[in-house]
This record gives sequence, C-alpha cells and structure tokens, in this order.
Amino acid sequence: MNHDVLVLAEAAGDSFIDPTFELLGRARDLATAWGGRVLALVLGPSPDPSMLNADVVLTVSHPKLDAYTPEAHARAAQHVVAELDPKLVLLANTTEGMDLGAALSLWCQRPLVAYAVDVRAEDDAIVATSQLFGGRLLAEVALEGDRGICAVVGGSFPPARVPTRPPVVEVVAPPVSLDGVTTVPRGMPPGEDEDIDITKAPMLVAIGRGLKSQDNVAVAQALAEALGASLSGTSQVCDLGWLPRTRHVGKSGVKVRPRAYLSFGISGAPEHLEGIRESELIIACNTDEAAPIFDAAQYGTTADAIELLRALTSRVQQR
Amino acid sequence: MDIIVALKQVPDVGAGIAINDEGTDLARDRLGFVTNPFDEWALEEALLLKDMTDGWVTVVSLDDPGIDHALYRALALGADHAVKLVGTGPAWIDSHRRAGIMASWIREQLYDLILSGVQAPDDLDGQLPALLAAGLGHPFASVVVAVEVTETGLIATQEFGGGRVGRIELALPAVLGIQGSLRDPRYVSDMRIRLASMGGGIEEVRSDGETGVPTAGSGLSVRRVFTPEASRRAVMLPASPHEAADAILGLLRERGLIA
Ligand SMILES: Cc1cc2nc3c(=O)[nH]c(=O)nc-3n(C[C@H](O)[C@H](O)[C@H](O)COP(=O)(O)OP(=O)(O)OC[C@H]3O[C@@H](n4cnc5c(N)ncnc54)[C@H](O)[C@@H]3O)c2cc1C
Repeated sequence: MNHDVLVLAEAAGDSFIDPTFELLGRARDLATAWGGRVLALVLGPSPDPSMLNADVVLTVSHPKLDAYTPEAHARAAQHVVAELDPKLVLLANTTEGMDLGAALSLWCQRPLVAYAVDVRAEDDAIVATSQLFGGRLLAEVALEGDRGICAVVGGSFPPARVPTRPPVVEVVAPPVSLDGVTTVPRGMPPGEDEDIDITKAPMLVAIGRGLKSQDNVAVAQALAEALGASLSGTSQVCDLGWLPRTRHVGKSGVKVRPRAYLSFGISGAPEHLEGIRESELIIACNTDEAAPIFDAAQYGTTADAIELLRALTSRVQQR
Repeated sequence: MDIIVALKQVPDVGAGIAINDEGTDLARDRLGFVTNPFDEWALEEALLLKDMTDGWVTVVSLDDPGIDHALYRALALGADHAVKLVGTGPAWIDSHRRAGIMASWIREQLYDLILSGVQAPDDLDGQLPALLAAGLGHPFASVVVAVEVTETGLIATQEFGGGRVGRIELALPAVLGIQGSLRDPRYVSDMRIRLASMGGGIEEVRSDGETGVPTAGSGLSVRRVFTPEASRRAVMLPASPHEAADAILGLLRERGLIA
C-alpha cells in the first residue's frame, strides 16, 4: 500500500503561497511516520520547483490550466490523485483548496476535513484537529479508512526547510477530461487602478461593517489623514464598495505588519485575523465585548466606532 | 434566470458555546439557530440577479431548526418559491449528506444557477457549494464576491489570497459559493415575514434520504469537541469614547507613533 503524502502546491506570481511551504513541512513529518514519499503537485505554469521541499514534484500542463479555473484544476487534480492514490492529500484551506478539496472528496471517495489546524499520524490512521465557529470550537476527528484529504488553515505549521537537493520533477500527461472544460478565465476585474500599498503603511486605520454605512467611511478617512495613516478594511467592506479591493486585509486580501493597527467595527473573523497577527500593536473598537477581535488585540474598547473616530480625530488635529 | 438558493440553519453561539454530555458535538438542543450568514449574502445576490434578469428564485433547505422562519423571511424578501426537504432525520447533518440529499431533489428541477453561502460555521467536512457542484457535475466557483450576467452564462469574480482576484466565465447551470455581494443583505420587517407565513407557501417534499450522489456521509468520526484554551484577551480601555480616545493617544505616543 502506498503511504505517500501529496501536497497541492498553489502558485502565486513567481513563488508559491506561504501555506504551500507549511504543508510541505508537515507532509515530511507524516511521510516519515508512514514510510512514504512527499509529493508536490503543481497544476499549470510552475514557479521554480526547486523551492519545494518534496521528493517528487509532479507538474501538469495544458492550455486549460494556464489560468486558474475551478473546473479545469479540479479535473486535473482528480486525475493525478486517482492515478497515484497517495494516502493523504494536503491542501491549503484557501479558495483553491475549497474548490478542489470538495471535488476530490466526492470524485475520489475520500473523507475531507476542512479548517484543519493540525494533522497527525496515529499509527496508520489520519487524525486532524479543525476549527469550527470561526475558531471558537475545535474538533478532533479521525478519518475513516486509510485515505484522506485535509484542507489546512494558513499558519498552522512552520514552513519546510529550503531543500538541500532539488526534487525530481515528473511531468504528468494531462487528462483528456480537460478538453471538455467549459469555464473560461476572463482576467482581472476592470477598474482596479494603482493604489497605495497598505502593506507598507506604518499605521493603519481599519474599518468593518460596524461603521454601518458608506457615508461614515469619511469619518474614518479623516482620522487616517490626521494620523498620517492609511485606510484599510475587511473583505465585506470592500465587497460593498466602501473601499477599493486593494485595501482589503486578511486571508483573501493582504497580510499587513504595521506598527499600529487601529480597528473600528470589525468582528475579527479568523479570515481577517490571518492578515493582522503580525502587527506590532492592535487596538480594537467594537460594541460587542465578546467580539473575537478582542482576542487578537492588545487593547480594546466597546465605545461606538463613529464617536470614537470623531473623538480621536479632533484630539489628533488639536495637537 | 432560474436560481436555486440553498439555505441552512446553524447553531447560534453568540451567547456562548454549549457542548453535549458526550463531548462530541455542540449541545444543539440547548442552542438557538440562525441562518448561516453567508447564505444571506447568497440570497441577496440571487435577488439582485432576479431583478436584473427577470428571474425566478427558489430557496431550498432541509428540515433544520428554525428553518420555517428563514424560508418565510426569504419569501418576504422576494424569493418566489420555498421548498423544505423533510424526512431526512434530525441532528447534525454533515455537508456531504446535505449535498447528497439536496442534489437528489435539485436534479429533478429546471434551473440555471445554484447559489449558497461560501461556508458555514460548522461545515467540518467541507463546504456545500463545491460538494453540490461535484455531485451534480456542474462548473462552479467558491469565494465569489461579484456576479455579472453575460449572453451565454455568467462571469464570477473569485477572491484569492494576497489581494488576487480572478474573473471566470461559467456555462450554465453552474454553482457558486457566495462570500459577499455588492449590497448588504436586505432587511424585511417581522410584519412582512408574518404576512408571508400566513400565505402558507412552503412546499414540503419528502426526501427518502437517498443521496443523489455517490456519498453516504463524510467519512469522519468526531472524537471530541472542545473550546480552545483562553487566548490572550485585550486589556479593555474605557467605554466612553472620550476617555478611550485619550488612552489610545497615550498608547500611540508611548510608542513614538505620534508626537
Ligand atoms: C474564504 C474566505 C475568505 C475570507 N477572507 C477574508 C479576508 O481576507 N479579510 C476579511 O476581512 N474577511 C474575509 N472573509 C470574511 C470574514 O469571514 C468575515 O465575514 C468578515 O471579515 C467580516 O467583516 P466585518 O468584521 O466588517 O463585519 P461583521 O462580521 O459584520 O462585523 C461587524 C462588527 O461591528 C461591530 N459593531 C456594530 N456596530 C458597531 C458600532 N457602532 N461601533 C463599533 N462596532 C460596532 C459588531 O459588533 C460586529 O462585531 C473571508 C471569508 C471567507 C469565507
């Protein structure tokens, strides 16, 4: 029986996303415990595979894989997983991981654990710990059978070491099922012009839906200007068009490391917290004293966001 | 465009977590239930598309606690038809089984698009939209934040990490996991919900529990659930905006962030 651990590598620009390296680190521990190999799978154009600490890097190329579409990538992933039948498939609990994990689970008939923050070997069994309810609850689960898929939350494991010798790269022929893919990539949304880079800002004023209406964004903007800070926000605020998408902080936005992160009306969902944990100082304002943002912040207040923004702005302006 | 929106009720842990005596699940009988917040965004997106395309919106769910109110609410908001799949047994139905049961009903319907929330707080074994799509064999996308209608299908904007977004054009029927919409989920008064409920209007369909896709369940066994060790809590500053502002300026000054 095959004891390999396969990591679905997710390319971003000329490297891979951080979770890919984290998964490779844990894959090595698990493959050692089970006596298998670490395989990394890259679908479509690959950044330099020698960055990946794996025994074998599998690549699949096809015009339909040139840009990401869930349909094409799921079919290619299914083909490789069915063919190689690794014991465990590890993917990041990202957009791609959500798309492909479910498809692989159904099509390859394997149990799937989402939101995993730990994956371990207990003899032959695969055991995972997962976050539920935005991290307020943890569940320890055993996967039935000897095959599984785990979608792992970013930051759960330390990254793999830089490989000392390059992995073997194997080209896998694309499956014919790719010819039937109907989804077509249409590029980036129009109108996302150059904007400031919030990852470089020393101080951020961050806003969430607790600001209640778009008209109140100006109140936060006034404080940002008075402090010489930049304005950023949660994904929902950006979806609603209150801020451009370039200002979006978190798992699907950007990771920021400002010297101070001042948050107003943000609940602190795990996807948001993923992007702010490395801030030097987090101060949070939320009227709900049980809001999870207060677990990530050093200082907090249950003041009303608008009143606090105004009070701060007038004080900073009067200095 | 004929749209099906899959709704689900989830335990409301806002007031605190309660765990069952076996330590293997939430004490669901002791908790209230609310509609999965992401499903509300999915419904909002469906209603926007309905207006744009002169479409028809059907909401469908299993017999979750408090679902009647959620379905009546959807009708009051503008959904055209509500369906409750009953007879599937109580308790915590995992995403795989839920997707299977829904797929066996959906398969018999006429539709162009299926929307659901991108995730739910308790979907341990994966998210419903991609499971539905994989079971039904439709193109799909998770983490969708905008939808545009084209002549032959639709274009979905998907959000990735690092601020990356991508647009993809999908042929119909397709399945989308909605993370956000261009508009906040709309509001409807209790009065309108009561009116909707007086009209009856929920079609109950007996499900034989057969799953229309090849999956019996998640293949997971939960050993225990527990709350994480109390993480660092913030030091609370005064709740008065003026006192809080003074304290915050003090903190920024200490660190040399303002003069
Ligand atoms: C795959 C995926 C990726 C995601 N990626 C991201 C991401 O990168 N970044 C991100 O931010 N989110 C992300 N999300 C969304 C995330 O789960 C949350 O939905 C989102 O962060 C919530 O935004 P919010 O805090 O603005 O709104 P809410 O959760 O609605 O919170 C609003 C808060 O405001 C408070 N409030 C209300 N009134 C006041 C007042 N007067 N004064 C002060 N406070 C008040 C409320 O108590 C509440 O806590 C992602 C979700 C998924 C599924």
